[in-house]
Amino acid sequence: MPGDERAPSARAYLALAAAGFRRYATYRQAMVAAVVTNSVFGFLRFAVMLAVLDAGGRTVAGYDEPQLATFVWAGQGLIGVVLLWAPPDLAERIRTGDVVMDLLRPIDPIWQLLAADLGRAGYAAVTRFVGPVIAGALVFELYAPRRPITYAMFVCSALLATVVCFGCRYLVNVAAYWLLDARGPNMFWTITSGILGGLYFPVWFFPDALAAPLIVLTPFPSVIQIPLDVLVERGAAGQQLASLGVQAGWVVAILALCRWVQTRGERKLVIQGG
Amino acid sequence: MADLRLTAYRQLLGAQVRSQSQYRASFVTDVVGSLMFGVIDVVGVVVVFRMTPTLGGFGFAEVFLMTALAGCAFALADLAVGNVERLRQYVRSGLLDALLVRPLSALAQLAVMDVATRRVGRVAFGAVMVVVAAAYASVTLTPTRLALLVVTPIAGAMIFGAVFVATATVAFWWVESGEIGNGLTYGGLNFTQYPITIYGTLFRRLFAYAIGFAFVAYYPTLALLDRVDPLGAPGLLGYASPAVAIAAVTAAGLMWRAGVRHYRSTGS
Repeated sequence: MPGDERAPSARAYLALAAAGFRRYATYRQAMVAAVVTNSVFGFLRFAVMLAVLDAGGRTVAGYDEPQLATFVWAGQGLIGVVLLWAPPDLAERIRTGDVVMDLLRPIDPIWQLLAADLGRAGYAAVTRFVGPVIAGALVFELYAPRRPITYAMFVCSALLATVVCFGCRYLVNVAAYWLLDARGPNMFWTITSGILGGLYFPVWFFPDALAAPLIVLTPFPSVIQIPLDVLVERGAAGQQLASLGVQAGWVVAILALCRWVQTRGERKLVIQGG
Repeated sequence: MADLRLTAYRQLLGAQVRSQSQYRASFVTDVVGSLMFGVIDVVGVVVVFRMTPTLGGFGFAEVFLMTALAGCAFALADLAVGNVERLRQYVRSGLLDALLVRPLSALAQLAVMDVATRRVGRVAFGAVMVVVAAAYASVTLTPTRLALLVVTPIAGAMIFGAVFVATATVAFWWVESGEIGNGLTYGGLNFTQYPITIYGTLFRRLFAYAIGFAFVAYYPTLALLDRVDPLGAPGLLGYASPAVAIAAVTAAGLMWRAGVRHYRSTGS
């Protein structure tokens, strides 16, 4: 409200997150369909990994068979938690002008959407993540983390991944302030996040001289690759912690960028009234 | 009468192509993007072969040819009928009724109305890759093999097209089916890029034989390169793709008809 200087309370954010959770919990059939699809791709992707293992030694790029199994199956579940591919709803709201409704609310549009997205991710964590992991565990031997602390770190890592992914999707969508349409940026995101993020194959399949800078200097591996490396305990606890640090750095950088682009975009916004 | 119908389709198609190419910059972006989807399939195979010299008993040149044939076939099918996956939105919104009352085939109307001109990027890239991969694998060209090289992507496109239509018809019974068809369409592309020897028995039976995906790239590649199937299938299967394609299209057509007959408008 104009003149109302109070910062939005935690309750408002909680309500938004709960709404996000409930919104996705409503579409149970769509959730089942997504789990089935992700699991089919799990079989397809892991078959290629198994064939690579069969042809060579006991490990590929530093992963042994159970680690690769966890990498693939937890990765298929993680797609749903971070929501790697989302319909460009915000871009559509910008194109139609509906976005003014979001701007009129007393909460920053980025925080509104982030809160709702975290609620959605919470629902996905107990459904879309668990589904493919169970499917994989029924057929293959999965790697279970040896250090109990890894579970806690994975939860943190998945949370950070969700925020990074949210930020990237936000940036893709707000391109519509300038382009009126986010198809091009959306395609760019779909392609790069899949191939550079560790979804199609672990980033370590690239030469090390390429993989290491990719992980630190681009946001894509923070979404899929890093959480999975944390989960399969690639490297010691120190390295896991450093990975979380990289993700945290990207969370700050991406959200700051979102904020800056949003401010510029609002100045650019033209509502076609009538 | 048939003439009139053809004219109607041609006009619907022309209107689509014209409207899609109106916004020049958007169109160019879309074409480049569609081309990139073809590129990453090839990059994926190259990266996997960095990790291993062979995959399921096949070398890079052989798998590259399979990937190229599969990619080209998929791109063609995606261009022609890929958007039929929107059927579930049309069923939900009731738009399908508008198509059904016209004196034209509903499926053909959907195909021409939703033709994705931008996907020519991927088709062109796929065709180039087939030529490059055939040269790289040093296919010895006889007239028969040349014909096989040309026919295979078309037969493969028919198989993919049949899968696109068959999975879309699920929407007639299950509107909330979401992206479940992707497992067979895009998943089919993933499957056909690699030799069928890498998959487990159950998965292979279902995808390679029951759906017919082995005929998109695997068997034709064996025939093109004069290789014996490690799984023991006769070499003649390399030439069976057109027959399988016709069977697949027929089956998909029957499913479509059953779906339309089952369809009860959303009503209000």
